[in-house]
Amino acid sequence: MGGMAAPQVAPVETPATDEVPASDRQWVTIVWDDPVNLMTYVTWVFQKLFGYSRERAEQLMLDVHHKGRAVVSTGARERMEHDASQLHAYGLWATVDKS
Amino acid sequence: MSMFRRQAGRYVAVFAVDEVRVLRKVASEVVGLLTDGFDHTDPVVGRLFPAVYPEDAPDTAEFRRYTEGDLKTAKIDQAGAILAALPDDAGGEVRLDAEAAEAWLRALNDARLAMGVRLEIKDGTDLGEELDDAVAEDPGSSRVFQLSVYAYLGYLQESLLNALID
Repeated sequence: MGGMAAPQVAPVETPATDEVPASDRQWVTIVWDDPVNLMTYVTWVFQKLFGYSRERAEQLMLDVHHKGRAVVSTGARERMEHDASQLHAYGLWATVDKS
Repeated sequence: MSMFRRQAGRYVAVFAVDEVRVLRKVASEVVGLLTDGFDHTDPVVGRLFPAVYPEDAPDTAEFRRYTEGDLKTAKIDQAGAILAALPDDAGGEVRLDAEAAEAWLRALNDARLAMGVRLEIKDGTDLGEELDDAVAEDPGSSRVFQLSVYAYLGYLQESLLNALID
């Protein structure tokens, strides 16, 4: 639980876009604003789960807070479902969608 | 009210007996919700296990088939981490290693989410105002107690998080 996953946005190891089937790259994990989660906690979860820097995690948290939602990771559908279930374990309200 | 401090690589708080009772109660309630009472139509369960595809019920059901058992186990375990670390019906010290501290953070968050749904906490809800209104209506009401516990859990979670980040 709560291992340090590598950042999942545009990892350098990903094959060139044209080698990836469309079905494997057009998915996103979205975190939605909710009135209970503490802002500091949400920032901490983004750092913990995605290995994001404090600055990046804080920016994402502020996007969630002010815009109501933010895309927190992008990639293959299975990866996004994995991310969403991890976020659910931390109590964040996460969904998966096509980008 | 107690708060967590970092002490030689551990996260330490000293709780009064009333705090121990409240923490035991809320953690037990989360476990109860996830075991005997598990019901997807309960809004609290809906919040702890959100639909991953809000507009696609079959895909959400498929996702749940594969992930819900593990998620439920994780949530029961993290609430169990609170119960395991508390003194028996007495005040006393709680001393957590980093792993237990993170389990506490997640479990305190689950308890706050559950209470937040029941108390109908909304964006922009002013907790102090809610509490004042509830006290004015009936100082001995369950809402006054629940709001106080909700505020306390937020304070405790924040203190543990700050100790962990520092």
